[in-house]
Amino acid sequence: MSAPYKTDDNSVVVVIGTGAGGGTLANELAQKGISVVALEAGGRHLPDDYINDEWPSFGQLAWLDARTTSGDWRVSRDFSGLPAWIVKAVGGSTVHWAGASLRFQEHEFRVRTEYGDLPGANLLDWPITLEEMEPWYDKAEYKMGTTRTNGIPGLPGNNNFKVMKAGADKLGYKDCHTGRMSINSQPRDGRGACQQAGFCFQGCKFGAKWSTAYTEIPAGEATGKLEVREHAHVLTIEHDNNGKVSGVVYADKDGNQHRQAARAVCVAGNSIESPRLLLNSASSMFPDGLANSSGQVGRNYMRHMTGSVYAIFEQPVSMWRGTTMAGIITDESRNDPSRGFVGGYEMETLSLGLPFMAAFLNPGAWGREFSSAMDGYENMAGMWLVGEDMPQESNAITLHPDTKDQFGLPVPNVNFSDHPNDIAMRNHAYQQGQAVYDAAGAIRTMPTPPYPSTHNMGTNRMSAKARDGVVNKHGQAHDISNLFVSDGSQFTTGASENPTLTIVSLAIRQADYIASQMTAGKL
Amino acid sequence: MSEYLDPRGLSRRELLKRGTALGATFIVGAGFLAHANDAWAVESKALSPETMAAIIQVARDTYPHDKLADKYYAIAVKGHDDKAAEDAAHKTLMEDGVATLNSMAVATGASSYLAMGWEIDRVALLKQIEDSPFFQAIRGGLVVSLYNQKEVWPIFGYEGESFSKGGYLERGFDDITWL
Ligand SMILES: Cc1cc2nc3c(=O)[nH]c(=O)nc-3n(C[C@H](O)[C@H](O)[C@H](O)COP(=O)(O)OP(=O)(O)OC[C@H]3O[C@@H](n4cnc5c(N)ncnc54)[C@H](O)[C@@H]3O)c2cc1C
Ligand code: SF4
Repeated sequence: MSAPYKTDDNSVVVVIGTGAGGGTLANELAQKGISVVALEAGGRHLPDDYINDEWPSFGQLAWLDARTTSGDWRVSRDFSGLPAWIVKAVGGSTVHWAGASLRFQEHEFRVRTEYGDLPGANLLDWPITLEEMEPWYDKAEYKMGTTRTNGIPGLPGNNNFKVMKAGADKLGYKDCHTGRMSINSQPRDGRGACQQAGFCFQGCKFGAKWSTAYTEIPAGEATGKLEVREHAHVLTIEHDNNGKVSGVVYADKDGNQHRQAARAVCVAGNSIESPRLLLNSASSMFPDGLANSSGQVGRNYMRHMTGSVYAIFEQPVSMWRGTTMAGIITDESRNDPSRGFVGGYEMETLSLGLPFMAAFLNPGAWGREFSSAMDGYENMAGMWLVGEDMPQESNAITLHPDTKDQFGLPVPNVNFSDHPNDIAMRNHAYQQGQAVYDAAGAIRTMPTPPYPSTHNMGTNRMSAKARDGVVNKHGQAHDISNLFVSDGSQFTTGASENPTLTIVSLAIRQADYIASQMTAGKL
Repeated sequence: MSEYLDPRGLSRRELLKRGTALGATFIVGAGFLAHANDAWAVESKALSPETMAAIIQVARDTYPHDKLADKYYAIAVKGHDDKAAEDAAHKTLMEDGVATLNSMAVATGASSYLAMGWEIDRVALLKQIEDSPFFQAIRGGLVVSLYNQKEVWPIFGYEGESFSKGGYLERGFDDITWL
């Protein structure tokens, strides 16, 4: 057993963050015998600790460090200090996530070619193709136990799904099922089957849902090669005179600072913290922040075109019962510009408990229009709309000029405004979502605005050419060969699918690359 | 809810005797507000009971649920009295906010906000002060303090925690029959 490691041990690979990207990468590297120190800002919460109660669970798991917002998105008005709903804990946002695991479509890796030059959109083709990604998708689906892959049966449909399905059938949609979910429909990998508890967003107390917190992390630790340091909040990444990264400075639970030396550093703090960390690590050699010769660090922030539709029926649905997101209509995810926008979107079942429904149904609204909708809660069905949003340079994570966090570092400001394509797509999605429920007999439908971002992407994007982005096709910084980005911030574009399967696939692929570079003596 | 009953250890009869009627719903006395028909009373530490009564009505008018009794609104706004006890500025915000509403009510010919008979007329006043810090403090707080009361969940049909009962696998996750 080599772990734990000394802070001056410069043979270790340091991974920052233990979510979908970092947790997977840390385990994959450890499985290959590579020494890894994973630094995680949050603490360790396991299924026994998870709370079946929305606000207390949010308090337990959410990333609540100060952040600011700007731009014309409604989140900036309604939740000005909470641009994103993400987790600070071992396991990252895979503790909260709902498990929807979809591959990108072939054209979604080359949207600049497919969609052409869209004014205001900073579109770029990925430097990888679906064909190159397929073997990694295979590995990720196997690892995560994704339903409808590897012979794993789909989850049974809950009431919320049945309403969606009834509407989809009536409307003539062809592809509606209970999803490809990284949730056990039968016992697998030492974890039990889903008990339809309905608190997927609050951490699965049954451990049926894949989360790095209790899959990748303990598997990596069991090799003896992975050390996870909890409550280790990385403040800056340091480099040597040759412009190679050499270590990181982090604060422990008590605010004491430590320096961990590193052979390579992999940043996986999710798409707000990762670019912030690179920007906060500016030095005289890299005055605009690490890996930022392109000026693209923090830019092209994407959050998916989102929105929800809730509908009230004459009789009870009890949508909160059962798997939160096991239901999908994929018919609208194709690229069909005749609809008035490029790209596509998915419709996925969604339910919020009564407390979150009050907060998110129509933030700021009051009076009978709102309260009568809440009165219909028991008879409500719900869906989430998730589609490709356009990368825009001005949608960016920047360092706030004045506001500082608990460590005295500038907080990130998240600037976001919809692209006209996003708005056209959302309007179409609202219309179709409402049509689905109308077809199922709804007496009232409610197009609900986007929540704080759960999907955060694109702020350290991959590009073939160094001038167009931050990292290459392996997530390796164009400017610094031993610095990697290992989370959703490397996405060149966002596609219409939920991001995590792709994040995990890229992390598995990146581990392979890092190992081969080490073997070749290049790292 | 017991802490909201008979705040000073007085019997309910005693409370009602010591108070005077405020509108049809409330009995107010020194430092307390009791419901005329429902068996609860709430202590007011910093805000006048008249102010508390008006705030409870503002809360109902903001998120009107005919199936929710007044006590849930009283519990939901109790935090403003607690906060006013510690923060003089909050006390002023609440007392002045209610005073403003009352004078707006008087301008319409009513004797006070509480004395206005129809919700639609009270809401018309709220609409005018919708962006004020007073109204936003009450509305914003209610989103959590009203809907996050576990006691109100069953009234909306929401079942809450399910882990201890083994989830819904055997308890109706797919029991819909009317489709
Ligand atoms: C409610 C909800 C539902 C979701 N449902 C789905 C779904 O069904 N399907 C899907 O594909 N995706 C879903 N997502 C999104 C999914 O969770 C994220 O896409 C994914 O977890 C992102 O992975 P990541 O590695 O980029 O970041 P994360 O998983 O968020 O991990 C980042 C980690 O880094 C840590 N960290 C950050 N900064 C530092 C620092 N400076 N030092 C040390 N540690 C740091 C954080 O504490 C965190 O643990 C959902 C998200 C939420 C919130
Ligand atoms: S519904 Fe299934 S996956 Fe979701 S929390 Fe419950 S047991 Fe876990």
